[in-house]
Amino acid sequence: MKSARPPLPPRPSLQATPKDRASLQSKPTTALSSMTIQTLSFPDGSRGTFSTTVENSTTNDGTSPTDGHDVSAMGFHPIGSARKQDTDESMSVMSMAPTLRPPGDLESLLVGDMAKRSPAWMLLRSQSASVQPFEVIRADQPSTFAGFEREFDDIPDESDKDWNDGDRLQVWKSKLKHYMILSSAGKPIYSRHGDLGLINSSMGVVQTIISFYEGAKSPLLGFTAGDARFVVATEGPLYFVAISRLGESDSQLRAQLNALYMQILSTLTLPVLTNIFANRPSTDLRRPLQGTETLLSSLADSFTRGSPSVLLGALECLRLRKSHRHSINNAFLKARAEPLLYGLIVAGGKLVSVIRPRRHSLHPSDLQLIFNMLFESGGIKAAGGENWIPLCLPAFNNRGYLYMYVSFLDGGPDDSASTTDTADTTDGDEAVAIILISPDKESFFALQKMRDDVVTELKKKGHLDLIKATAVKGRPSVTEIASSTHISHFLFKSRANVQFCMPSLQPTFNSLISRRRLMSLYSHLHAAMHARHSHLKVLHCVSDEATSLAWITPIFEFYCVAGPNTSRAVMTQGANKIMQWAKREEERLFIIGGGVF
Amino acid sequence: MADSNAPKPSSSVKLVLLGEAAVGKSSLVLRFVNNDFQENKEPTIGAAFLTQKCNLPSRTIKFEIWDTAGQERFASLAPMYYRNAQAALVVYDLTKPTSLVKARHWVAELQRQASPGIVIALVGNKLDLTNDGEPGRGDGDGEGVEGEDSGDARKVSTEEAKSYAEEESLLFFETSAKTGYNVADVFTAIANAIPETSLKSTRGPGASNAVSRGGEEQRVNLNGPRETAKEGCAC
Repeated sequence: MKSARPPLPPRPSLQATPKDRASLQSKPTTALSSMTIQTLSFPDGSRGTFSTTVENSTTNDGTSPTDGHDVSAMGFHPIGSARKQDTDESMSVMSMAPTLRPPGDLESLLVGDMAKRSPAWMLLRSQSASVQPFEVIRADQPSTFAGFEREFDDIPDESDKDWNDGDRLQVWKSKLKHYMILSSAGKPIYSRHGDLGLINSSMGVVQTIISFYEGAKSPLLGFTAGDARFVVATEGPLYFVAISRLGESDSQLRAQLNALYMQILSTLTLPVLTNIFANRPSTDLRRPLQGTETLLSSLADSFTRGSPSVLLGALECLRLRKSHRHSINNAFLKARAEPLLYGLIVAGGKLVSVIRPRRHSLHPSDLQLIFNMLFESGGIKAAGGENWIPLCLPAFNNRGYLYMYVSFLDGGPDDSASTTDTADTTDGDEAVAIILISPDKESFFALQKMRDDVVTELKKKGHLDLIKATAVKGRPSVTEIASSTHISHFLFKSRANVQFCMPSLQPTFNSLISRRRLMSLYSHLHAAMHARHSHLKVLHCVSDEATSLAWITPIFEFYCVAGPNTSRAVMTQGANKIMQWAKREEERLFIIGGGVF
Repeated sequence: MADSNAPKPSSSVKLVLLGEAAVGKSSLVLRFVNNDFQENKEPTIGAAFLTQKCNLPSRTIKFEIWDTAGQERFASLAPMYYRNAQAALVVYDLTKPTSLVKARHWVAELQRQASPGIVIALVGNKLDLTNDGEPGRGDGDGEGVEGEDSGDARKVSTEEAKSYAEEESLLFFETSAKTGYNVADVFTAIANAIPETSLKSTRGPGASNAVSRGGEEQRVNLNGPRETAKEGCAC
């Protein structure tokens, strides 16, 4: 994030403007008040400069936003208004607008350049609130996301005669996101793209750069080269490197690297990892990690695709009536086997029920590893049958293994588990899994019996069908949640429960690219809200592609996105509606406490 | 698999698959259990537990299969799976000599540590990658019909593996999980090779479990609850 901007709007140079516009994300404004937002709705590359100065926040005019009382009940306190200042700023934007216009073709005149039109044109445009986010994307500008569709394609391997190394390296370089793991002795361990032979020299360069700074007693944390951001994390004997051209912040990339480290710990445990390198610093870690490359890659890809769960550090639950959830929890608790530590029922990557000992709660980063293993990488689900998996949950205890019993309730050869009537409709993402975790490696059959008992009980009460039906139905659309808002998508995180909810990505954010754009926008909002010393509560961003709003209180974090023409008032109204829904549905959306034994 | 007419006696057989990573253990099981094959299957993590029935003329055998992960770091868990197994499938990759070396290690470990009388089958998988991959072709003169690109990838000769299997009195098969060739035969042969006495004892009601193998108590603990649960729903 380019933060070192002057406090008042500068006149962006002609050269700078197209570049700014090329990056598809709005630069978050630092506007502090929702009251100021209307005056900010001139999308332009220079909008990032509308930073309201601190003294503005003291001039609180006291008016709540629409439906204010409901909202303040959830922790919202209107912040000061900077109305006057903003008017001035908007004027200055208007006045310089003509000089900003790049020599565009006709199409770009019609679609992308709203800010440079006359007020009348803008008024007209603003009527068409139905424009979806990212619908207006200028075709003449190079897009960060141009190659994103091919991001996950494999690089042809060495045996492919049609490709020489130069071409393969070219494909490798075209990837927008890279993750590399190497040992501090310089041995490559993992790279998301390209076989290690191909990129060995690149790895070598990375290692040299890192160790140079290490030698200077000032560890390298990150650097920028061209449009790529490099972030380096050192964890004991391992170097983790993320290279991103997707505009993620350093702390977000660092969190992703940390998740990869957790995956490695989950395979090896910390003492084992430490021992390996204490005895032989030049060990090739690929061997002990053999078979887990797919887990690292599926984790990496979920970051690259953009995962709300990772961004928010929270989990998503299956929306169920409180009474149903309660009854499922009870059935689960009743069947509990003695050696059980944690029990989870998960449907399509969403938590249905958790049971846990009173002293322990599950850490989201551990669950993320489990979910990644079960739902993102195909290994377990495809195998059929039941699984018994030793794994370390690093946030729970990074020193030892737990044993995880996994049974997917769809298909599978096990006669007691398969439900032939619905098996055909619930493929892939909606699969229901029972996960039972125990510290005792001999407890497979005890947990298997527990699974049988739980399934029998859930079937008897019809809960299993309910879970499946709900999972198949998927997330509600925004219009179901809050009708007649112009909000296209939102994320709502309950901070106390470390859980989040969101509406369906259909139909607007269905494609890989539009989903990534959305997630990039969220990650920009998130980064701006969580930037150190920012103390932001409300953030409203406008660009020629989308309007977005972030809102943080001690109780929740809320991010939403609407089309580029949505006014602040409409946005706020929509946000409030969603907020009311979330409050009303809180006990359905989130697992509060879970079953405790 | 309906055992329709006369109620044939049915018994459970615990079977474990061992072998180097990526030789096709899970693919063999998938072929046997679901008659399915997946290209580029992801590695097994830990172990998978599956069941499949096998109909013999005289009785029905229900295999309880532990499909273990081949990676080195899981090796220390293997005893847990083969400890009370009555049969083991030790798998190697016909196109990879080191995998046969690993297979020999497993055989030796089984002969040393597993229950005496365990039926071991040595299975060379990925026959489809060799020139005698097609079931139709005789394995005697599988002379390269098309000699160009799809040359014979076989690196372990049938004779070598077979003579080793005879030495150690193992069952021996070459299979292709991809085409399904010989897969069911392996399991049928194992089912036939399990001594009747051994079957009786696992099937026997109540206490016979403890009688038949006096070894570790854990084994009894583990078997007890499961077997009752299984019988409840399977029959």
